Amino acid sequence: MITLQHLLTLSGILFALSVAGIFLNRKNVILLLMCIELMLLAVNFNFVAFSRFLGDLDGQVFVFFVLTVAAAESAIGLAILVVLFRERRSINVEDLNAMKG
Amino acid sequence: MFVEILFYAFSAVLLAAAVGVITSRNPVHSALCLVLCFFQSAAIWLLIEAEFLAIVLILVYVGAVMVLFLFVVMMLDINVEELRRGFTRFAWLGWLTSFVVIAQIVGVVWFRGFGVDATRGMAPLPPDYSNTRALGEVLYTQYFYVLELAAVLLLLAIVAAISLTMRRRPGLKVQDVARQVSVRREERVRLVKMDTEKKP
Repeated sequence: MITLQHLLTLSGILFALSVAGIFLNRKNVILLLMCIELMLLAVNFNFVAFSRFLGDLDGQVFVFFVLTVAAAESAIGLAILVVLFRERRSINVEDLNAMKG
Repeated sequence: MFVEILFYAFSAVLLAAAVGVITSRNPVHSALCLVLCFFQSAAIWLLIEAEFLAIVLILVYVGAVMVLFLFVVMMLDINVEELRRGFTRFAWLGWLTSFVVIAQIVGVVWFRGFGVDATRGMAPLPPDYSNTRALGEVLYTQYFYVLELAAVLLLLAIVAAISLTMRRRPGLKVQDVARQVSVRREERVRLVKMDTEKKP
């Protein structure tokens, strides 16, 4: 029997792995975007699990909108990445120091 | 029992693919591992009977977003070795953070509880229940304005992505079809009147 505990633990491990991925690949913007996608997947897991186990459909509606926003986000993020690569010939985060941040 | 075995198998492949995403040397391999992650998640969502979202996950993520990722990864000429330098410098911090996150989540879910009885299984659904139909009924009544807002957001993403990446390159020899079609006779042909030459 799959219980809520199993699903929440799985999504927790997935989220923790993507956090570790952001620490490991902190120079590569493409990998950072992929890790954000993984985090969103873990969050969606929680929404779907709670929605199914509490018998409330609103969680799945929320996942639907999260998917929409994530698709828009990755499209615009990749567009910015392409423009950035055209300007700098690099996607290293350490090269992005034009604003002295 | 069979469902449990399937769940553990899908979870194991999902976590292994996630490790592949974050540690792979080649960004293309990372993207392909992420595709595998989405497939496994869709399978697990099918197991807990969220069919519509499982199909949407495969269609939207694998079909659109990851193809976009692969396009960009293959289009850009990236020096991977340069980006990999210092890979292990903050690795201990990353693994420590993830260990703390996992420990906290396991502690809350397995030992503390959060006002919900998390140990029982799913309530069985009626035999003629359709997940897609139920979601559609909620989406087009209760959440209709939010749905319209999401559509506007997607339009915004299209406009933003195109306007960001479109560029005019000076010095490029292209034909201007509109000018070609709308050309007039007077712009091309010039009639010159001149006296005939006398024969010597």
